[in-house]
Amino acid sequence: MFRHHPQEKEYGISSEGSAGEGAVVRLSGRLTLRSLEPFGHESSALLDALGPSSVTLDLSGMSSIDSAGALALLRLKAMAGERGIPLAISGDGGQAGRLLALVGERTGRASEPPQLAEASGFFEELGEKTVSLLREVGDELTFQGELLKATARSCLAPRAVRWADVLFYMRRAGVDGFPIVSLISFLLGLIITFMSSLQLRQFGANLYVADLVAISIVRELGPIMTAILVAGRSGSAFAAEIGTMQVNEEVDALVTMGFDPMTFLSVPKLLAMLAVTPILTVFADLHGILGGLVVGVAGLDLTARAYLAETHAALTAPAILASLVKAEVFAVLIATVGCQRGFRVRGGADAVGAAATSAVVTSIFLIIIADSAFALVQQYLGI
Amino acid sequence: MNLAPPAPGTPVIEVDGLTAGYGDRILFRDVSFRVLAGEVFVILGGSGCGKSTLLKLLIGLLRPHSGSIRVLGHDIVSGDEKGMRAVRSRIGVLFQAGGLLNSMTVGENVALPLAEHTHLSPAAIGELVRMKLALVDLSHAPGLLPSEISGGMKKRAGLARALALDPHLLFLDEPSAGLDPVTSIELDLLIRSLNEGTGSTMVLVTHELDSIFRIAHRVIFLDREARGIIAEGDPRELRDRSADPRVSDFLNRRAPSRNG
Ligand SMILES: Nc1ncnc2c1ncn2[C@@H]1O[C@H](COP(=O)(O)OP(=O)(O)OP(=O)(O)O)[C@@H](O)[C@H]1O
Ligand SMILES: [Mg+2]
Repeated sequence: MFRHHPQEKEYGISSEGSAGEGAVVRLSGRLTLRSLEPFGHESSALLDALGPSSVTLDLSGMSSIDSAGALALLRLKAMAGERGIPLAISGDGGQAGRLLALVGERTGRASEPPQLAEASGFFEELGEKTVSLLREVGDELTFQGELLKATARSCLAPRAVRWADVLFYMRRAGVDGFPIVSLISFLLGLIITFMSSLQLRQFGANLYVADLVAISIVRELGPIMTAILVAGRSGSAFAAEIGTMQVNEEVDALVTMGFDPMTFLSVPKLLAMLAVTPILTVFADLHGILGGLVVGVAGLDLTARAYLAETHAALTAPAILASLVKAEVFAVLIATVGCQRGFRVRGGADAVGAAATSAVVTSIFLIIIADSAFALVQQYLGI
Repeated sequence: MNLAPPAPGTPVIEVDGLTAGYGDRILFRDVSFRVLAGEVFVILGGSGCGKSTLLKLLIGLLRPHSGSIRVLGHDIVSGDEKGMRAVRSRIGVLFQAGGLLNSMTVGENVALPLAEHTHLSPAAIGELVRMKLALVDLSHAPGLLPSEISGGMKKRAGLARALALDPHLLFLDEPSAGLDPVTSIELDLLIRSLNEGTGSTMVLVTHELDSIFRIAHRVIFLDREARGIIAEGDPRELRDRSADPRVSDFLNRRAPSRNG
């Protein structure tokens, strides 16, 4: 911020003449950004007080002005114009005059300011938001359809698939994601076992902790935790990668070289997700059960053998299969949302960050919706 | 689809009644022009008037609001995808920022179109890549990533990739921007000798006046306010005879004359 020192006035202004006749206003000293506002007030007050028929502004006494000073003079001229007072400038041979001419010409040439969008009412906004939400859902579904179609086509012609990329993303999502997925599921297993044992111990039903952990981890928490972690790690990376390529004209370059960006960029990501998410889910399940085992053996006086036998009895093949199917559905959601948000990027680097965030938020949201749908279906099928 | 090079003098690009822009913002209104086979055709105009946009329209990356665009005899606005693919295998594009794929080395970038559109052995592709890189004086850089090379080198690598398939039609967006004068002259000479040697058609966007007078056969002059072409013809003739101050000021490197 600029500090104003009202007492230190850098310019001088004096006038001669009286109401109804031509006045001469003489300026002296410096007129800069600091004086923009005081000068505005003072000069308009002066115009009001004088009420002249015409004004001659004499700049010959000025030592210097900056561009804000020039703007102040232009404003004064415009103000005089509004009141129907012709204003002539004299003594503008020096620096002040040259800068005034430059600023005057440039601001005069600049096109009129862009129109601001009209503020819209509540209902209008609600309607617009609804329409844009629906359109977004539509876009999402169209994209998903196109991606699945491209993937199916690639599977029919496997030579067209960029397998090196598939392996690369498998390593990034799978190998690199393995430690965090395992750790979180292990801790989750610990926590659930500990919490539920507090209740079950009251009924002497310690052993059933194994059932509870096995079912809740394999049916719900394993797939969903894995999916959320993969969405956070890989979904955002997909959006950022494709978004950056969009900004750098790399996607345009691919198109002009005859590549289908969908096949080139999205199919390897989807294939990698389909391969890796179920495997990570299985590991998440195993580590969750391991967490339960640790608490069961250490805190509940169960033997490892009894705990595992109980776990084995609790899990059915359809339940495990359902968990893997779920993982595949989540994989499709993560890959499509990530890629679609990336392709939607327009503009600059800030849009890339926004796309990555939106990819994570949207895919987690969709994962939870899909999971609820699964719960309903499983309920009806009795799996 | 006829894949032979177009006969010299026949139109390779035909634009009729083109109206285009971004959303509500119209950049071109009812623009028509032709580019003939074998020409070095330069699109001129002030910064932000839509030169890159016009280039993107011509290669089918943007869709116009209305009007027709035919490239190498194929209607790229309403034509089928198969024809579009054939067109794409015969054009090369250098984007304003190079457009290199950042995840691949310079050499892999140049090899990309060769691997996609030909059935050559990896060894033959490698040899072609070395040749194209030598053309743009980047023989030392095939193993570098785009993030490891300078802006001017990216331009040249992008040009090598655009040249990979010996296209009949080459689109270059500011090829010599950001290059030193010597490299820039060498690039002009390269463009000129490619044009003369292979008969390929060049569509360029450039601001370099020296370069325009050295290589351009014909220029069109775009203007933001006019939303279209305000002059068309031989650049020397326009420089000496154009009555439009916007054109003659530009070509004579003068500050615009402002009166009033
Ligand atoms: N993706 C986009 N969305 C909206 N407007 C855009 C987009 N790209 C460019 N524009 C606008 O279109 C106009 C023309 O842009 P373009 O890049 O074609 O200009 P140019 O003539 O190539 O300029 P330069 O010589 O600076 O490269 C600019 O005013 C720009 O603001
Ligand atoms: Mg441009």
